[in-house]
Parts: sequence; C-alpha cells; structure tokens
Amino acid sequence: MSFRGFLPRERFDTLFSILHKIGAQCIGPTVKEGAITYAHLSSSAQFPHKVTDQQEPGSYRLTPTTDARWFAWANGPQALKPLVFAPEEILWRSERNATGTIAFTTDAAQMPLTAVIGVRACDLAALALQDQHFLHPQGQDASYASRRRQLILIAVNCTHPSASCFCHATGDGPEVDQDYDLLLDELDHGFAVRCSGATGEQIVQQLSLEPLQPSQLNEIDNANRHAAEQQTRHLPATDLEQVLNTLQESGRWQDIAERCLSCGNCTSVCPSCFCHSQHDVPAADGITSTHVRQWDSCFTQGHSYIHGLVIRNETRFRYRQWLTHKFAGWIRQYGRSGCVGCGRCITWCPVGIDVTEELQGLTEEYNNA
Amino acid sequence: MHDSQIPHEAVVISRTQESRSIFSIGLQFTDEELNKQYRFQPGQFNMLYVFGIGEVPISIVSDPQGSDEFIHTIRTVGRVTQILEQLQPGDRLGIRGPFGRGWPLQTLQHRDILVVTGGLGCAPSVSIINYIMLRREQFGRLAIVQGVKHSEDLIWHDHYQQWMQQPDTQVLLAADVATHGWPWHIGLVTELLPQVELDISQAATMLCGPEMMMHATAQMLLESKAKADQIWLSMERNMQCAVGLCGHCQFGPDFVCRDGPVFNYADVQHRLSRRGL
Amino acid sequence: MSEQHQQPRVAVHKFSSCDGCQLAFLNLGEDLLALTERLDIVFFAEAGMMNESAEVDIAFVEGSISTAKDAQRIRNIREHSRYLITIGACATAGGLQALRNLAKSDDWVQAIYTNPEHIDTLDKVSPVREHVHVDFELWGCPINKNQLIALVNSLSLGVLPFEETDKLCMQCKRQQHACVMVTKGSPCMGPLTRSGCGALCPAFGRDCYGCYGPAENTNASALGQRFDGVGLLSTQISNRYLSIYSNEQAFACTGQGWNEES
Repeated sequence: MSFRGFLPRERFDTLFSILHKIGAQCIGPTVKEGAITYAHLSSSAQFPHKVTDQQEPGSYRLTPTTDARWFAWANGPQALKPLVFAPEEILWRSERNATGTIAFTTDAAQMPLTAVIGVRACDLAALALQDQHFLHPQGQDASYASRRRQLILIAVNCTHPSASCFCHATGDGPEVDQDYDLLLDELDHGFAVRCSGATGEQIVQQLSLEPLQPSQLNEIDNANRHAAEQQTRHLPATDLEQVLNTLQESGRWQDIAERCLSCGNCTSVCPSCFCHSQHDVPAADGITSTHVRQWDSCFTQGHSYIHGLVIRNETRFRYRQWLTHKFAGWIRQYGRSGCVGCGRCITWCPVGIDVTEELQGLTEEYNNA
Repeated sequence: MHDSQIPHEAVVISRTQESRSIFSIGLQFTDEELNKQYRFQPGQFNMLYVFGIGEVPISIVSDPQGSDEFIHTIRTVGRVTQILEQLQPGDRLGIRGPFGRGWPLQTLQHRDILVVTGGLGCAPSVSIINYIMLRREQFGRLAIVQGVKHSEDLIWHDHYQQWMQQPDTQVLLAADVATHGWPWHIGLVTELLPQVELDISQAATMLCGPEMMMHATAQMLLESKAKADQIWLSMERNMQCAVGLCGHCQFGPDFVCRDGPVFNYADVQHRLSRRGL
Repeated sequence: MSEQHQQPRVAVHKFSSCDGCQLAFLNLGEDLLALTERLDIVFFAEAGMMNESAEVDIAFVEGSISTAKDAQRIRNIREHSRYLITIGACATAGGLQALRNLAKSDDWVQAIYTNPEHIDTLDKVSPVREHVHVDFELWGCPINKNQLIALVNSLSLGVLPFEETDKLCMQCKRQQHACVMVTKGSPCMGPLTRSGCGALCPAFGRDCYGCYGPAENTNASALGQRFDGVGLLSTQISNRYLSIYSNEQAFACTGQGWNEES
C-alpha cells in the first residue's frame, strides 16, 4: 500500500481520539515490570520514552537512550497471542440439579473492538499462523474467532531489532507487509502513515495527514533496510524439516536436556504456540462447575499423559517435540515453519538456550553424518 | 461456540461389568433430536464428561446402525473413569462427538480382513468385528488375533466363542501369562500370525493395542508380503479438545483426534516405534 | 442431626508445625460457611476440638513427625481415617524443621538447652508419608484455600483431586508477568517449583523462593548454575535449595553440592 501522509508527533493523540470515537479500546506498548509490555493506554504519554531494550539469551534489560522516538526498541515478552488466545478462559459451565440432570451453558467470549498500536511484523506473521490453527476449516475455535474479529491492527515498522531477533531469516520481517489496518514508520518528528482495508481508510480519513517529503521516504527506506542488516542471528540455510526428522535419535537432545529447565517459558512467550489444556473446576456449592482451558506447554508432563503413562517423560523428548514441531511438523500441518524469528524464546529462556544455535548444531551433525 | 466444543447431556441406558476393571455403558442423548441425528463410524470416539471432574476420550464399540444406544467399553484408570465406573442406568453425563477418522470398512468390501489386537479390552477392534459380523456377506474371510498380558485379562469370552462358530472366521487367542486351563496359546500375539489362515499379501489388516505390539505385528506382516498401505491402526494420545486445537494429541505432524485415531500404516510406519514421540 | 451424619466427617490434626496451614481453613471466609454445610468438622486442633480417635472420612494432617509420640499418633489417626491428606510443607516434606537433619542436632541440644534431658526427639524429622500411607498431599508453605476447596470438591464427588505438578513459570506466564530472572537477574526458583500459589512473588516483582516445593521433572543443577551466573555466592545458592524443602531429593542434592563448594 502506498503512503498516505505524515502524522506529526504532537498530533499523534488524535489517533487515540479517533479510535475512541469508533468504539475501540486502545492497547499499546508501555513500560511495566522492567519490560515493554502491551497494556490499555489512553495517550501517547504512556508509550516508552527514551528507553530501549537490550536482549540476549536469558536476559532482557531496559536501558536509557537519547533517542526520543517511542518505538526505538524491538519487542517485549508478549505478542498479540494473549489478546486472541486467552491465557485462561471458561469454555463452558455445567450445572447438576438435585435429580442429577446436567445442563451445559456457554458465555460467548466478549471483547470490545480493540486497537493494538505498535504491532511488529513478527507479531503479524505469528497472528497469521494462529489464524491458520484456530480458524481451521475442520474446526474453528469460537472464542478465538470472536476476539479475532474485534482487532484493529496498527503496525509500526521495527527499526531496532534486538540481538535475539532473526525475522529476516524466517522471512517474516522486519518490514510489515501484510494484515494491518494502519502501518506507521517512525521518523524524528512523527509518523509516515499507510493503511489497508475499510477500517484503515476510515481512520486515515480523519487523521488530517500532512504531505510526506521525498527525503522522509528515503529515510524510511534506509531505516527498514538497516533493520534487516542489524540482525545477527540466522537460521541454517538448509532443509530443517529433513534435518530434524532425520536426527530424532541424536545425542544432542540429551545435551540440551542437561541445560533445559523444562519450565515452558519458551512456549509461553512464543507467539505461535497454541497448546492448551482443559480441566473442570467445581464450585464450592457442589452443583456448578466450570470447564476451563489454559495455556499448556509440551514441556509439562500433562501434555503427553495417557491413561497412567507419560509418553514424553524426559526433558529430551519434550525439547525434541517443541523444536521438531516448530520447525518441521508445522510445515506438514500449515505449509510453513511455525517460527517467525521474534527471538522471544531465546531472550526469555531463564537459562538462555538459543534455538538458532541448537538448529545450527543439529545441521552440522546432519551434514557430517 | 462451535457445537463440538460443548457437551450434550446423555443418560446411561445399560451397564455391563466385563471384568474387574472393565465395564461397558450404553448411552442415549436426552435430546430426542440429537439421537436421531447422531451418526458415527466404527473406530471414532466420543468425549465423555463427568460432572465436576472432566472429560475422557473413549472409542465407540457398538454398531453404527445398531440399536438406539451407543456403547462405550471403558477401563478404569483415572479420575474420570473412576466415576464413570460407578454410573448406573438413569445417571447423566455429557457427550461430545463423534470425532476423528474411523476404520475404512466401507472401502474394504469383499476383502479378507485380519484384526490383530493386544491389551485389555481394545474397544476399537471390537467395533470392526461387530461391524463385519452384522454384514458378514459383504466381507471375505475374517481372522481375529487377540493377545492379552494375563489370561485373566481376556474379556468377552462369549463373543469369542460365538465368533469362532461363524463361517469363514478364525479366532486365535494368546496370553503372555496364563492360569491353568487356558486352552489357547501362551506367549506373544505375534507368535500366532503364522497360523492365520488367509492370504496376508491380499488381506486388509487392522491393528489395535500398544505401539510396540502394532509395530512388531506390522513388521511381521510386511515380511509375509502384506502391503504397508493395506494395514491400518488405531493410535492413542492425550485428547482433550478432540477437534485438533489443544495440541496434546500430536503424533509427529498429525493430530490424532482429527487426522486419526485410525491411521494408514504407510503414513506412520517410521514414527510408530519411536520412544517419546 | 441425622442429615449431619451423612456428611463427610473431617478432622484437622497438628504435628510439628506453625499452624499456618490450619489457618487456610479459617481464611476460607464465606467459602468456609459453604463447606461447613457440606462437611462435619469433628476435630480441629487450632479451634480447640479434640478427639484423635474419632472415625473420620477425611483427616487433614499438618506438621512433620519429629518425636516418637508423633509417630504413634499418626498411626492412630491413619487407622481411624478413610482419606489421610497432608497439608503443607511440614507434613508433606518435613518442612523447615527438617533442616536439623542436615546438622548434628544432638550437639545443638546440648549447647542450647539448660536441661537437655527434657528434649525427646527422633533422630530425623520426617514427612508423614514415611510413616503411614497418605492419600493426597497438598504442597505449600502455607497451603491456600483454593487447594482446599478443590480437594473437598473432588473427594465429595468420589475421587482424589487433580495433582498440580507444573512449574510455577506456567502460572506466572499465564498471568503475563515479565520474568524476574530475565529482566533483573533475580534468582527465581519458579522453574523448579510446583505451581498453585498463583505466582504471588513474581506478581510483586520478586523471585519465587520455592515454598510450594519441587515440581515434576526438575533440573535443579542447571538452575543452580544459572544462579551462579547471575552472581550468587555458593552459600546463597545452597540456601535457595536447603530451606523449606531441604528434605526433598529434587532440591537436596543440588543444595548440598553448592554447600560443599562454599
């Protein structure tokens, strides 16, 4: 889509007013708990100011910067996943009356129109992956679908990839090219604006944009190119599906298991991971019960439990499941790898296990075999 | 909410204790409309919900065109099945289903069929046998090979006796460990395969039981010139949502609840014996 | 009254402990009223009701076994209870007082007490499961009301509750907290610790200290090395492991290893 104009920084909050007017709540990046996280926002004053993120395996630090831009950072621990695939929610309720009959009811998931500001290319790619899974033609997830319809996506191109990022290697970034309503490029004094679809068009119409200068367009081009070049992590240039399917009995899985805590942090921060468990929570009254689903992980024992047996009873099997599913199984399931290169599993692993390094090691083992 | 994501109320119509830890319950939906609409294939499963405890996936053993009730044969192992075991006619529970792909029986008419099962109950294989017995003229020879760990684990003695009497039907039984008076083979189920009286290279085979047993059986059948794509098997994994969303039942790239539980052996043979998959 | 007798009869017993887990009952608030309508509490140590030999359906046991008399009492309670449930770290795993198993406690007794002959304890403090069969263990120091409600609900439906064995990280991430180890280098025990507390400490920006005990499939040594990496001294690492759950194998080996390093 082509550029529609320039939104000066001091008028950015008109965007909040427009979104408010069309009935949307706004969610955007802010500093919380030592990280840049998505929260409900009412003005640009709540965006990160003069702060950037430094990421490396097992470490995330916010550090001061002289850069006055609001989006001079890569990403935080969450993507869009918690908004559409709720960490915990009630699927249905049951009530058993005195005669023993059971009635089932469900509250349709309700989420107001929700505009998310600051969405990255990796987040959009992951959302597309989750759409493939939860909006599957053979069985759509009702709660996901109802929340997904409510999203307005206001993307901001990423100009500050972290040391954990490798979206250029998966082909998912750093430049946004899909599924947005608005797309912003941040410049010193404001934002270049693009839009797509009816909602985007409606918002742009009300933003009273100023014309963009050719020098600004140049600057945007350079920034986006530079963002890709800054990325230091890569994926092995090989058929990872073949490597992983061949090396299922590799000794490297045990080597990883010596370091891995099997804690599930990687799968929780992964924007495409979809596993969830279901369980019943009976109320203290003895007659009502709720059927709850919550994020689960292939790193828990419950994940592979069948009648008295845990199939993946050791960490090496669990890590193998995670890596093989993400980079091989996903291709068979959904036609592409399940990794969008956001680097969260590297940064947020408490012991700093790096998927790109493990894949590199496996590839070398495969090539040497 | 997608209909298959919420249970419907069902009532227990009949109950049979098959062995110390195995029982069968016949069910009907309390909603008449649902009973009329309900269709399933042998090898498919339902999610059975017990109030306040949760759900468990159980294969359907009764015939798709059988009586008004659908029957589940269940072994008591966990929290849900402990309560299911106590249910009596008239008691209520929740049902979602049917789910998954069943046995391809409609495509196997006039073929010889070999059914090899190992372990307790093994309800998915009984659904095949029941189906063929009710449509005996539509199939060729039938060989049933059943193995159990201990002779006391064998259920449905009457059924086996009845099946033995049927024309063109062979029944072979084995127990790894047997009490005195066990008239059949003592040893592994695979040791019975040489006695099977049908042309294995032309037959369609259906397997059900522990993965290592299915793997070993399939290997032996291939040595007897069976074709890999003429062998089917029923897989078990942790099925919670039953509609391919929760991710627990993944077996390699397949979701057992949606892509299975019945798989063609040719599609899964390289994964079948892998530990921890 | 006749209706009362059909309700499950419940007893709450106390051994070597601080009474904190019994308080979880009193902290139930409104739910306590709902539960007392479904339960018949015949014995509650903290509330003063006493009859250790009454036949009960559910016996809750708080505290570890540290004297010969304790060992005798717990056998008596077991004989008179249909379900025996341990509540809290002490009854389930020995608790804080099991730290004396790591020391020469006789020397301490001699050094500390004026009349050491009055001190009559077993050589080792032990969890209840080492003395009698336990039907279900509630972990936590202290336990919370959600665990109690889930347990009573399950038992009243006729089965034991679902056992929570996941790591605390799972619960913490579902609540969307940023990891304190990753953002601050805090020595968080979450990756080893059983969930169930609601991620209380990380919710307030501090590291988990493992008060719900070891989760399943723990890798204590890898986390110990990470603590070393974030700058903890050997004694500090050892103290992380050898505290409330010093008697649990999953923590003890690594804790003792770092203790020897220091």
